[in-house]
Amino acid sequence: MSTTAIHIENLSKQYRGADFVAVQNLSLTIQSGEIFGLLGPNGAGKTTLLSMLCGIIRPTSGKFSINGYTYEQSPVQLKQSLGVVPQDFALYPSLTARENLLYFGSMYGLKGRKLEQEVIASLDALGLATFMDKRVETFSGGMKRRVNLLAGVLHRPKVLFLDEPTVGVDVHSKNAIMEYLKALHFQGTTIVYTSHHLSEAQAFCTRVGIMESGRLWKEGTPEQLIAEEEKAQTLEDVFIEITGKGLRDV
Amino acid sequence: MFKLRRSVQKELLLLFRDVGGIVILFVMPLILLLAVTMVQKGSFDSILGGKVSVLLVDHDRESISQRIQEYFRADENLELLMELDGKPISEELAQELVRQGTYQLAVILPEHLSRDLNTHVQQNVDKIMSEFDFSGDTTLVATEKKPIEPKEIKLYFDPAAHASFKTAIKMSIDKLVSNIESKTIYSTFQEELGEDMDIELGEQQFISYKEVGRDGEHAEESLPDAVQHNVPAWTLFAIFFIVVPLSINIVKEKAQGTMLRIETSPTSYALFLMGKTVTYLLISLIQFYLMLLVGIFVFPYIGLHSFQVGNSFGLLSVIALFSGLAAVGLGILIGTIASTQEQSAPFGATLTVVLAAVGGVWVPVFIMPSVMQQLSALSPMNWGLGAFYKVLLRGGGLVDILPEIILLILCFLLTLTVAILYDKKKRTV
Repeated sequence: MSTTAIHIENLSKQYRGADFVAVQNLSLTIQSGEIFGLLGPNGAGKTTLLSMLCGIIRPTSGKFSINGYTYEQSPVQLKQSLGVVPQDFALYPSLTARENLLYFGSMYGLKGRKLEQEVIASLDALGLATFMDKRVETFSGGMKRRVNLLAGVLHRPKVLFLDEPTVGVDVHSKNAIMEYLKALHFQGTTIVYTSHHLSEAQAFCTRVGIMESGRLWKEGTPEQLIAEEEKAQTLEDVFIEITGKGLRDV
Repeated sequence: MFKLRRSVQKELLLLFRDVGGIVILFVMPLILLLAVTMVQKGSFDSILGGKVSVLLVDHDRESISQRIQEYFRADENLELLMELDGKPISEELAQELVRQGTYQLAVILPEHLSRDLNTHVQQNVDKIMSEFDFSGDTTLVATEKKPIEPKEIKLYFDPAAHASFKTAIKMSIDKLVSNIESKTIYSTFQEELGEDMDIELGEQQFISYKEVGRDGEHAEESLPDAVQHNVPAWTLFAIFFIVVPLSINIVKEKAQGTMLRIETSPTSYALFLMGKTVTYLLISLIQFYLMLLVGIFVFPYIGLHSFQVGNSFGLLSVIALFSGLAAVGLGILIGTIASTQEQSAPFGATLTVVLAAVGGVWVPVFIMPSVMQQLSALSPMNWGLGAFYKVLLRGGGLVDILPEIILLILCFLLTLTVAILYDKKKRTV
């Protein structure tokens, strides 16, 4: 029986001094075990929504819960159940891959032998075992991207937020990352994923939502969304139908 | 505790893998300490009485000349020169050398100074004796007919010499001349009252003064010299300079996204800052002990005297620790508020320099104008320096330095609180 992983009710965010609303009255429910793709052009409000869900910024109005926790009532439990993989390489360049992971793992309460074993096993799973004692600053983009992913999942979160996890990597690294994410999903992790790679999202996500101008315009399985649009054959067709063909410079 | 230990470990790894950072934190302050102490040694000596060469042009060559030479030679802070290149010094040469600043003082003794003083005193004594009709000596009538012109001892000072130095020399010579005159008067009376009188007249002044220090004996250490001032002062400067790398460190964490990982983890911002606090406190203590080692062991090899710690090592460490705490607070505040390294680095460096200047690191507070002396009370570096002075110069204990320690703790708590509140407020944008 599936349970609710994320429940959002009328969530809005207007930055101080801004003349537009970044996220408007957004409501959404994501069930445990889903891979939810949050899609939208630049400036649609995806990052603002994720920032609120991750506790980095506070909403202007509305409420949400993750795994039944709210930031107001149980911030520590909520954060413990979350994993965050930012788009930028959020790593210490002068530390080795192992040192980075030991540090970030310990910030989630992992320690001792268990932490050591988890770090080594994770690095091995993404093909980085032989590089574990090399400084991250010497890594290629693909290797950094893999370490970046591991730093967010070492503590085995129930819900994982991924912001463009495969941007700027070669096909080999991309495949390794996607396989690893599928394995996590198989183990029960709920994944919320943003990407501009719509074909990747179509193949990977169990459900997607398309955002534009701070609103969630459509949500459903990729197949449902494609079927609902008359001329659409792919998720990209649906995306363009909803968001238009104009440039989105913000 | 485990998270804190890991945080400290991470901070230390980041620090020790940054060679440039190590140089800024440990090597630059040592170079600064050595260079500034060497440079300032001359200034402090001129203020506080280092060894000064004095040119003596002696046209007298009699008893007064002998007494003045004895006096100058007895003073360990003065070096008496009566010849240059094996030739006696003329008044014109002495005047020129002092004017050029080669020497700070020349003393010119006029001709017949001793003889004329004796004659002058003899005349006065004869006058007094005749009033009491002790003598019908015919010489009395004869000396009254030959009045003696007053004599002048000329002093040439280097125009750049400190006023305090001039005053000290003038007072010393005035006192010396008074002593010689008094002694001559006593001797003349003794001779007039009868050669057979066997009266021992005391050489010493009847009324003298004694400067009593903290130990009930001497108080010579009431003002710091270059070493006593610079070791604690530049140690504080080095400690507060961690504001720059610490604020850069925090800005970097924000820029590279590692701060975001911490913010989204179940680790509080306070714990994150605590990791930095402990690490940079360790750094400030290492800096302090390095500076101390240089002051004690390296200074004697470069012509400076060794820094004296005495039995105050523990108290000095306490001051360094709490000064480090205040510095960490400032670094955290600047790092939290600044958005870029371009903001934090120049601002942190400028703030440190201003706090050092106002706080008495470059120029001791006691020689600052009174307005600046009052302003200096606002600088945490002045609190630290004041505490160091209390321990090193005035023999103060923990209770004596408590006000400064409390101020340093309050500085840390205030800056940390503002940083945490600012961080919270930032999330409500």
